[in-house]
Amino acid sequence: MYPTDYRYTKDHEWIKVAGDTGTIGITDYAQHELGDVVFVEMPAVGSKVEAGKVFGTVESVKAVSEIFAPVSGEVTETNAVLTGTPETLNSDPHGEGWLIKIKLANPSEVSVLMDAAAYQAFISEKETSA
Amino acid sequence: MRYLPKSTSERREMLDAVGVPSIETLFESIPDQFRLKQPLNLPAAMSEQEIIEYFRARARENSVGYTSFLGAGVYNHLRSVVTDALIQRGEFLTSYTPYQAEISQGTLQAIFEFQTLMCQLTGMEVANASMWDGSTATTEAVLMAERLTGRHRVIVARSLHPEYRQVLDTYTRNLGLRVDEIGFTGSGQVDTIRLENALTSETAAVVVQSPNFFGVLEQMPSLAALAHAKGALLVVSVSEGVSLGAVRPPEEADIVAMEGQSFGLAPSYGGPYAGVIATRDKFVRQMPGRLAGETVDGNGKRGYVLTLATREQHIRREKATSNICTNQALCALAVNIHLCLLGKEGLKELAAQNLAKARFALDALEKIRGVRRAFTGPFFNEFVVEFPRSVKMINAELLKHKIIGPLPVGSYFSELTKRGLFCVTETVSRAEIERMAEAIRDILSKPI
Amino acid sequence: MKTEEIRLTDRIKTVGRHISRNEGLIFEESAPGKRAFELPPLDVPAVDPRAALGADFVRDGIDGFPEVSEIEVVRHFTRLSTWNYAIDLGMYPLGSCTMKYNPRVNEFVARLEGIATEHPYQPQELSQGCLKILQLLMNCLKEITGMDSGTLEPAAGAQGELTGLLLIRAYLEDTQGHPRKVVLIPDSAHGTNPATAVIAGYDVQNVPSDERGQIDIARLKEIVNGDVAAMMVTNPSTLGVFEQNIAEAAHILHEHGALLYMDGANMNALAGVARPGDFGVDVMHLNLHKTFSTPHGGGGPGAGPVMVKQLLEPYLPIPVLLEKNGQLALENRKPKTIGRVRAFGGNFGVLVRALAYTLAYGPGIRQATEDAVLNANYIRKKLEDVFDLPFNSPSMHEVVFSDARQKKNGVNTMDIAKRLIDYGFHPYTTAFPLIVPGAMMIEPTESESKQECDLFVEAMRSIAEEAATDPELVKHAPHSTKVGRLDEVGAARKPVLRWKPKPPTA
Repeated sequence: MYPTDYRYTKDHEWIKVAGDTGTIGITDYAQHELGDVVFVEMPAVGSKVEAGKVFGTVESVKAVSEIFAPVSGEVTETNAVLTGTPETLNSDPHGEGWLIKIKLANPSEVSVLMDAAAYQAFISEKETSA
Repeated sequence: MRYLPKSTSERREMLDAVGVPSIETLFESIPDQFRLKQPLNLPAAMSEQEIIEYFRARARENSVGYTSFLGAGVYNHLRSVVTDALIQRGEFLTSYTPYQAEISQGTLQAIFEFQTLMCQLTGMEVANASMWDGSTATTEAVLMAERLTGRHRVIVARSLHPEYRQVLDTYTRNLGLRVDEIGFTGSGQVDTIRLENALTSETAAVVVQSPNFFGVLEQMPSLAALAHAKGALLVVSVSEGVSLGAVRPPEEADIVAMEGQSFGLAPSYGGPYAGVIATRDKFVRQMPGRLAGETVDGNGKRGYVLTLATREQHIRREKATSNICTNQALCALAVNIHLCLLGKEGLKELAAQNLAKARFALDALEKIRGVRRAFTGPFFNEFVVEFPRSVKMINAELLKHKIIGPLPVGSYFSELTKRGLFCVTETVSRAEIERMAEAIRDILSKPI
Repeated sequence: MKTEEIRLTDRIKTVGRHISRNEGLIFEESAPGKRAFELPPLDVPAVDPRAALGADFVRDGIDGFPEVSEIEVVRHFTRLSTWNYAIDLGMYPLGSCTMKYNPRVNEFVARLEGIATEHPYQPQELSQGCLKILQLLMNCLKEITGMDSGTLEPAAGAQGELTGLLLIRAYLEDTQGHPRKVVLIPDSAHGTNPATAVIAGYDVQNVPSDERGQIDIARLKEIVNGDVAAMMVTNPSTLGVFEQNIAEAAHILHEHGALLYMDGANMNALAGVARPGDFGVDVMHLNLHKTFSTPHGGGGPGAGPVMVKQLLEPYLPIPVLLEKNGQLALENRKPKTIGRVRAFGGNFGVLVRALAYTLAYGPGIRQATEDAVLNANYIRKKLEDVFDLPFNSPSMHEVVFSDARQKKNGVNTMDIAKRLIDYGFHPYTTAFPLIVPGAMMIEPTESESKQECDLFVEAMRSIAEEAATDPELVKHAPHSTKVGRLDEVGAARKPVLRWKPKPPTA
């Protein structure tokens, strides 16, 4: 379910790193909790995101959720697919439904994030306690 | 009490079912020291007839029987009895905000039609379900422009209605938004040279009214070009909606804030009216207020729902686009019905009649020695006239003829004393206009 | 509803009743040349708009603007109206919204010549009737709330909230030299409270309720400091419970130089029984479209008068009503005023209706409050064995259940609410207050008879039974309406917010 080459946050974002570029999205768990996504608000290309700070929002019909940056960096690309078809976030959250790409400011920030197994354990615990 | 559907024995039965000895028990959660021990000191309860008598008596203390030339944001226009009959249907009058779409399709479809009519009138692409009035809509349009541009200064025409301006000041004072003014020229229009100089890369919006407070129409294309050249938005406030039946809509604007009172709503001593915000599709997510949208049900049947609600306070709370909740739905419905009654040709004819009446009145006034029009710009149904004497003094005399004269502009603009703002709509007859002009001629011909 | 019946209605629809069930948009019924309103003939020389305005300013007719006759307008809107639920049809148990009977005489007097016809700028000597109405209403509201003064200008509750916070701001600036920074808002509050605080220039700090859903006094003591300008409290709370410690909360705030704001949305539980002015409230707003019976009209207009203690009087918005030489007058000069919050003085027509309501009751308004509280407690008693009651505190005018028991069968508060429609009732308030997951917030108001309450109870019990035995029936409700559950997701993803003429076919 959760790709093993991604890293995850407790706020349910994922990041995939290739060189100094990180691709960021929200997890399948997050999209499921949100329900049908109707709108995604993303930062402008060239803007800076900071680890742990809000960089965008995802809206369902009756809720707005903030998305936090897993690591810091500068936005190099945003996913244009989500503007026309936000439902991609529901159907393929770990692939076509990615949100932004950033140039990592501090690659070492990635290492403190959860790996797939840790994230899986984290959400299982959440589900049993709920 | 006639509004309360319970007999004494039913109350007793219900108390027994709840399991309390008396109604007092149900209020025991209120600390005893705060529970009233005596009845309120209010006027004694009245029957329906007494209530009607009370208000009839108050009505007689008002202006019934007078002819009025007042406008300035609140207009006397003909209203069809059909509008009032329809909005008083209980299904419209006594329904709530249409959150439950399946049993609110009437209200929702009407809002959708209202949004469409507002777009057609203003030349904008999207309009909301209503705001409280023109003054708060104009203020909300400015706050919207601030969000859209991320800039914190606005330039406001002095010819914006002074009360709209005061409302804007009340709202913006604590939000770090700087409001600068731009004056008018001899035409009564915005001074575009000064505007060009005042605009900077920090200007969020230029705010103008058209027809403006002096009744003069603004040149939208040039104002928009100036604002857009600096990346600012053009916010246009329209308080006399009937003008849009004859006057080019402000389609170069980015946001239009309109007052719908002219379309079927009584002056009612200040309200309730119906504000609206209209804008471009691309700005819709920063728009305040409710929106109805078209969709389908599970069987593919067309229906309407409130949509894009994530902008609103009940979902986004402190991050909402506005705190507006209750709007002016029933007034917006009246506007909708009134516009359907007027229709394409009726609106055009109505606007043409206003143009004709206002010009007839201005001609009659300009024939009086010492009376001249104060501004040269194009106008719709309001115009400012300069008198050789104080407007307040003229008005005091006019009252003796059962005429409510023009608004003294000097009360709002200290440099414009001896000037009166006339509004002449289709509701004023030729005879009344002639009687007014004749009375003013008399007043001015007498020594002070 | 059974499939058979659905087929039958579909069939009827295609034969005879199709118009009333499938009324189109007014634009779709339009045909060139039709009109519904004729003006009296022009009695002055006509002018050509193009000549009068100039080519740069004139507009031609509006494409797509409706062209219909009077009967078509009447039928169109009458048909639309039949798709609405309304208080005039039955109980509207929307918690917090206070959907009570809207007396017809209120509508009549608001439309009288000499009331509806008056212009806000007409001379004050010709407005004494209007001004007396404003004065009497203000005096009644002062008596009902126990406050010292107030303003009738705010256009709705949310604008009343803003006015109240701006008054607090002005007072703090004037007496303490700075407006302070933070407004405390309980987590059970209406969404307008935090949204308003931000527009008033304040940061919002959410305050969790205690385990009984009440203001947490210990917590309040910890967080109040010199940065706190005010706390906004709804009393009775959105759980329908009187805030036991409101006076103590006021005391704590006052000790720290902060003020207590009361959201008066639930004043219908207190009118004639207790007065906010007596339990430490400094400023509050009233929703006249709730407690004072002015019609909601599908979402407005309302009016949101703000009532204050003497300390805030100097800052009230202009104009203020005064007595001068035996005449009433509106005065725009007031040195410390926060300014104007709405042009033209406010929603006068709504104020007229509210006064008509108050005059109908007089001191008997207490009976309305008692009946509202009795109805809520009756319904609570009759339903508490089938629905979960998350907070056991005594209810006043409304009761908040949760869907905890029904959720086990996959039926949530929204499903139950939608199923109520099939039983002939408007849904209760769902998913609010936010501190109750799966909230079912029921407010019957005083306008319901015992019989109507019994019918409601019967419907709710029957739905609880269905949720246990036939959950799918509930989950797909309503089954009896013009449209079924609508695709809100589609509406939000690809918004269609206006009708457009069909492009001409090539």
